[in-house]
Amino acid sequence: MALNSLGREIPDSYAGKRLVPYGDAWSLRPEGTVAARPVKRVNPGQGKRLSSLREAIEASGLADGMTIATHHSLRNGDFLLNRIVAEIAAMGLKGIWIASSSVHPVHAEIIPHIKSGVIAGFQCGVNGLIGELASRGELSCPIVVRTHGGRARSIIEGSVKIDVAFIAAPCCDEYGNMNGYYGPSACGSLGYAQIDAGYASCVVAVTDNLVPFPAVPVGIPQTLVDYVVAVDRLGDPAKIVSTTTRVTTDPVGLQIASYASQVIEASGLLKDGFSFQTGSGGISLAVAEKVRNAMRKGSIKGSFGCGGITGYFVEMLEEGLFSALMDVQCFDQEAVRSIGVNRAHQEISADMYANPFNAGSVVNRLDCVILGATEVDTAFNVNVNTESNGYLLHNTGGHSDTAAGAKLSIIVAPSIRGRLPIVRDRVTTITTPGDTIGVVVTERGIAVNDRHAELKEELIRRKLPVKDIADLQREICRVTGTPRPLEFEDEVVAAIEYRDGSIIDVVRRVKE
Amino acid sequence: MADFKLRRSLLYVPGNMPSMLQNIPIFNCDSVIIDLEDAVPLAEKDAARHLVKRFLLNYTDRNKELLVRINPLDSKWGYEDLKVVLPAMPDGIRLPKADTPEIVERLDTLLTEFEEELEVEIGRFGILPSLESALGVINAVGIANSSERIFALAFGAEDYTASMEIERSRGGEELFNARTRVLWAAKAKGIQAVDTIFADVSDMEGLRAETELAKRLGYTGKCLVNPRQIEVVHDVFAPKEHEVEYALQVIEAIKRARQLGTGVIALGGKMVDAPVVKRAARVLRTAYAHGMVDTLIDEEEIHGAQ
Repeated sequence: MALNSLGREIPDSYAGKRLVPYGDAWSLRPEGTVAARPVKRVNPGQGKRLSSLREAIEASGLADGMTIATHHSLRNGDFLLNRIVAEIAAMGLKGIWIASSSVHPVHAEIIPHIKSGVIAGFQCGVNGLIGELASRGELSCPIVVRTHGGRARSIIEGSVKIDVAFIAAPCCDEYGNMNGYYGPSACGSLGYAQIDAGYASCVVAVTDNLVPFPAVPVGIPQTLVDYVVAVDRLGDPAKIVSTTTRVTTDPVGLQIASYASQVIEASGLLKDGFSFQTGSGGISLAVAEKVRNAMRKGSIKGSFGCGGITGYFVEMLEEGLFSALMDVQCFDQEAVRSIGVNRAHQEISADMYANPFNAGSVVNRLDCVILGATEVDTAFNVNVNTESNGYLLHNTGGHSDTAAGAKLSIIVAPSIRGRLPIVRDRVTTITTPGDTIGVVVTERGIAVNDRHAELKEELIRRKLPVKDIADLQREICRVTGTPRPLEFEDEVVAAIEYRDGSIIDVVRRVKE
Repeated sequence: MADFKLRRSLLYVPGNMPSMLQNIPIFNCDSVIIDLEDAVPLAEKDAARHLVKRFLLNYTDRNKELLVRINPLDSKWGYEDLKVVLPAMPDGIRLPKADTPEIVERLDTLLTEFEEELEVEIGRFGILPSLESALGVINAVGIANSSERIFALAFGAEDYTASMEIERSRGGEELFNARTRVLWAAKAKGIQAVDTIFADVSDMEGLRAETELAKRLGYTGKCLVNPRQIEVVHDVFAPKEHEVEYALQVIEAIKRARQLGTGVIALGGKMVDAPVVKRAARVLRTAYAHGMVDTLIDEEEIHGAQ
């Protein structure tokens, strides 16, 4: 057991690996070369089509203890991971690790297979019931939570080895060329799957939309794909890109958005060449709308919009407010439509998006990112993984990556959720270190990290409600009272890996 | 002029809703009107006034003007509203159905009695009378002069159109005479005029058009039914940049004039004298509140040393 630099107790090892305690966001340097995989040869006349998932699993050579991966671009509409795990279970395989880009509530179906030992653990974060059950001690499987960039890093550097990648391919030909743009399960960008395709020992494309060769544009090329399987459905289209992209009408949310957009204007970053990322939540979109209006008003021509892309960003591209979109994942149907027709709507891999260990990722070029939080503490550390009940309920996504990369990272959150204050002495779990957070915006005030002293002065000059984060906390607690701290057992149910592979925190079993 | 107080946005908040009262500190409206009258059902009148009292007592870091709309004084709740709420020190009372000067005088007397009882300065509690009937509009001048506590007149179009037996239209042509009469009374008395609510919360274009009309006529503020309306109203009442620039030039010019020992000077071929300076000063004070200029202007600069 060692304390990391943020004071969190980190065990020496977890899930069979030695852990490196987090030190800071910048210093850890990679060693060695990128991971290798078998060289292959496919001769003329040799086909790749297989008739079923079972046949593909058999052909892939998947064996007990190996690691599989899927991508989460179909989000909560994904059928594939559940079907593969059911097939693996039926084949009698045991101890399989899942290293998908994320696991969603729909995948609660695999819980019986975790209990029976078919699934050994997760080399990725989980959303929903699996994490909750693990937190309550009802599921025993290691979970290593990674950022989007961190996942790409772990695969490329070889610390996570994917034996078989099953890639849901919304548009695919029989030789394995694929894209996510067209078909009944169209999800747009295949940014996460690009890493799996490039580094897994065996790559299986699974499609419900087999098109005549060649499937163009080529998102993932035939040269990386070993087998192609056609299935009836990859997912439920209603849930694939189902994010409700609507600006909030809640006055509290709008107040937060208004402050956040004023922070952006005051930052001096909002000028020609502006680059921006925001999520798909109601407050984030409200910020985006205000930024859009400010860009129109000031005739500002932005550089790029980044991240999970929504219809809002598409409108900004088509209006000429951005010259490009850098898209690792599409959040709604409008984004899916756009990536299929707009040349400046660029699909990027999770490596290019956010990996800290390459020759420079897109997040490094971000001016400003808007991020959420379940909790923030007085050292600006942010939690997005666990909730106030201590349960692991959310994956990290690109949170820590963009916070580290952007010149200005802004957390937007209501000061009170339910009856609970969101600013705490100590967040339950540290997802993103406070050193990489610029500003915390709530409806009750704006807290600025000391490393942005000039911005703080400018906000005060503009008469915005700038408050010391500890004062803000006290003010909120005057309304809510101070919650009793949660109690945890010693048992570690998940490790929270920072983007560089060091361990920023662990999630422990909640004392019930 | 010394007690210049910006009242662009006066937000109604129902007095019987804890979740909404709790958010009063966070909205950047200039004033809040906590409503004990129309928003509160009869069965909750008593509970609401106690809730409002508790809220006000706990709201120690006050960051905006707090008014309470009591029930009419001739109702069975009006007096009790004052009795419960005034010890929690609101800034003033919004008096509904202020149809005659006598009604306002009665409130003035009551407030004086409470001030004596609470041992606070006489005149501490302000009055914002609502002119919201044909009678109230006709009596506007008398009402404006009925109490020194009155800092503004508020026009209430919903009740007014009901009293006129007409419908309220989106363009608001039917309100024109009443709006103007309320304004005349306010301006003649040297107090502010506050325009009526705009009820359709989803129609921001309509809100903007109506606020622009009110501003053109001479209103300096508007009552709001939803926090989402604040931004549009502030945007309309914000001075335009060229207005601020011109106002700064006017103040510079008049300072030069004073050095020359005169009260009149030409600026860009136009005469600058007291009314122009007064208007410029008003623009600059509003600009200050909007964060458009950094310093409040000095009274002495405007009027010259005595």
